[in-house]
Amino acid sequence: MSALLEVSGVSVTFDGFRAINNLSLSINEPELRAVIGPNGAGKTTFMDIITGKTKPDTGHVLWGEQSRNLLGMSESAIAREGIGRKFQKPTVFEAQTVRENLAMALKNKRGPFDVLFYRKSAEGATRIEELAAEVGLTEQLPRTAGELSHGQKQWLEIGMLLAQDPRLLLVDEPAAGMTPAEREHTTDLLVRAAKTRAVIVVEHDMEFVRRLNCKVTVLHEGSVLAEGSLDHVTANPQVIEVYLGR
Amino acid sequence: MKNSFLVTNRSVLVFLLCLALFTLGVTVLAEATGAGVISTSFVKTLGKTLCLCLIAIAMDVVWGYCGILSLGHFAFFGIGGYAIGMWLMYARTHDIVVGSLSNDVIPATSAEISDAIGTQIFGVVGSSEFPLIWAFAHSLPLQLAAVVIVPGLLALVFGWLAFRSRVTGVYLSILTQAMTLALSLYLFQNDSGLRGNNGLSGLQNMPGSDLGQDVLSIRFFWASAVALGLGYVLFAFVISGKMGSVIRAIRDDEARVRFLGYHVESYKLFVFTITAMVAGIAGALYYPQAGIINPAEIAPIASIYLAVWVAIGGRGRLYGAVIGATFVSLLSSWFTGGGAPNIDLGFYEIVWTDWWLVLLGLSFVLVTLLFPKGIGGLFDYITINREKGPKA
Ligand SMILES: Nc1ncnc2c1ncn2[C@@H]1O[C@H](COP(=O)(O)OP(=O)(O)OP(=O)(O)O)[C@@H](O)[C@H]1O
Ligand SMILES: [Mg+2]
Repeated sequence: MSALLEVSGVSVTFDGFRAINNLSLSINEPELRAVIGPNGAGKTTFMDIITGKTKPDTGHVLWGEQSRNLLGMSESAIAREGIGRKFQKPTVFEAQTVRENLAMALKNKRGPFDVLFYRKSAEGATRIEELAAEVGLTEQLPRTAGELSHGQKQWLEIGMLLAQDPRLLLVDEPAAGMTPAEREHTTDLLVRAAKTRAVIVVEHDMEFVRRLNCKVTVLHEGSVLAEGSLDHVTANPQVIEVYLGR
Repeated sequence: MKNSFLVTNRSVLVFLLCLALFTLGVTVLAEATGAGVISTSFVKTLGKTLCLCLIAIAMDVVWGYCGILSLGHFAFFGIGGYAIGMWLMYARTHDIVVGSLSNDVIPATSAEISDAIGTQIFGVVGSSEFPLIWAFAHSLPLQLAAVVIVPGLLALVFGWLAFRSRVTGVYLSILTQAMTLALSLYLFQNDSGLRGNNGLSGLQNMPGSDLGQDVLSIRFFWASAVALGLGYVLFAFVISGKMGSVIRAIRDDEARVRFLGYHVESYKLFVFTITAMVAGIAGALYYPQAGIINPAEIAPIASIYLAVWVAIGGRGRLYGAVIGATFVSLLSSWFTGGGAPNIDLGFYEIVWTDWWLVLLGLSFVLVTLLFPKGIGGLFDYITINREKGPKA
């Protein structure tokens, strides 16, 4: 089992402020990983780097069996490599229906002409139904995404993420705005997804992380502060200091 | 596939039906084919309006659906007009020159004929040489190909440069506007090879045909109607299904679309180019009905009007663009053509030929602020009320 994604020695500076500082982290396939850290630790920026949104000043991001460098690639090419992302603030296409949102995310050819001549297939429709059922949006399929509640938008975005069938899922604060029951459902979903793929979850809520029951990476000021089981990292005096001292 | 698409898009069928009825009505009333109630010049006006509708739906796809506020699509329209105009002018001058030389005792050589045509066409700009871009002017098929290829290529290159550097929003609009301005200024020059500000004229005459204007006008009207129908179906197809979904998603949040794995720039380039090609076709049908094309037609303001039509008609719906283009362009010719009675306020007389633009500008502002869905939005009220009706 070799690493699916390997981030090494990455640094990013925004106007002289070092948001990511010599960060190294690697994840296997399959694996579930929780990333925690105080506000501004650089968790979202870390995801921005992997997905091509932010170009780092130094470092490498290597991907897959051939250890391809993701840094020179465009956002869309990285997504096609099999890296899917859920944003911290739910971003779905509000003017379109839940079904259209899911259909767009479905794993299919992405070229303009493939899409132009793509016509709805029975399998596609079934897959959308399955995904909707999985995220509890079956009833909402014909509704406009803009009409959904905050929690439902979160679900829709998770559904879109699953629809892409990525090898690596980057999930930024999935449980924000969800009820305890919904949180539990989200945990199940992520744990199940991580049986066959790599999943990186950013979350503030310790209870949530505990239920994920996986290796935890603590970020602080743009670099890894501690790594290991949740009990292991929470026993780390530096981590306690960072969390209590903020 | 096409069938299922048309069946599921009822509004397309409704539009085609309306267009067919309109065409039939005009045919029955025209001079050449019917009662003669509609004058030849009005048939031309209607035919030109159909061409404007065609470029308006192209504009709606690129702006209303894909979110690219192009202020340059009239440049593509003009290029289409110039491309067909070159053949029309060349072929007609050729016929005239050959006709007048045929009385000579010694048959004219082809070089002499070519010189004579050159002098006829380029005399106004003090030249008789054929510029390089006229190399294919003798060939109708090649100039017809140029009608779509030249706007398509220009859009492809321009779009590639602009989209690749991720120029968006107002900056992109300014860039397209600059492109139009540059093209129009270039064409104004005498040595542009396209007769400078004289433009191309006499385009209403069909070389090698002795049909009268009454017959020609109705034929061009039919051709324009067919082109609009086909263009409508083409664009309805593009904006339906998944392609439409992706295009609208790009309009609303292009960054997010990238993270779904779609190469946004390719999609924009596709939309920009295909609409430019259709704009070229619209122009190629328009100018033979107008009879003359000159660089002023390509001036940046024309492309701005186009955006105004689409906004007033209601962007994001193809029939809205048709309504906007028809309504505003016909109204505009009524006002500027002196059709509207001037209003004497006693101390001041409102002369509509001067005040029409002010009125248009005001309506644009009002529509944008108060009715962002434009005239087409009225159809929503009708359907919503109908849906509510039985329940209440
Ligand atoms: N585009 C940007 N320009 C300038 N500064 C930025 C930019 N993006 C992030 N930062 C800064 O980098 C730091 C890390 O931000 P980031 O969003 O990655 O934190 P985070 O760990 O996700 O925090 P949170 O838990 O609040 O989501 C913050 O101090 C933030 O202000
Ligand atoms: Mg964050």
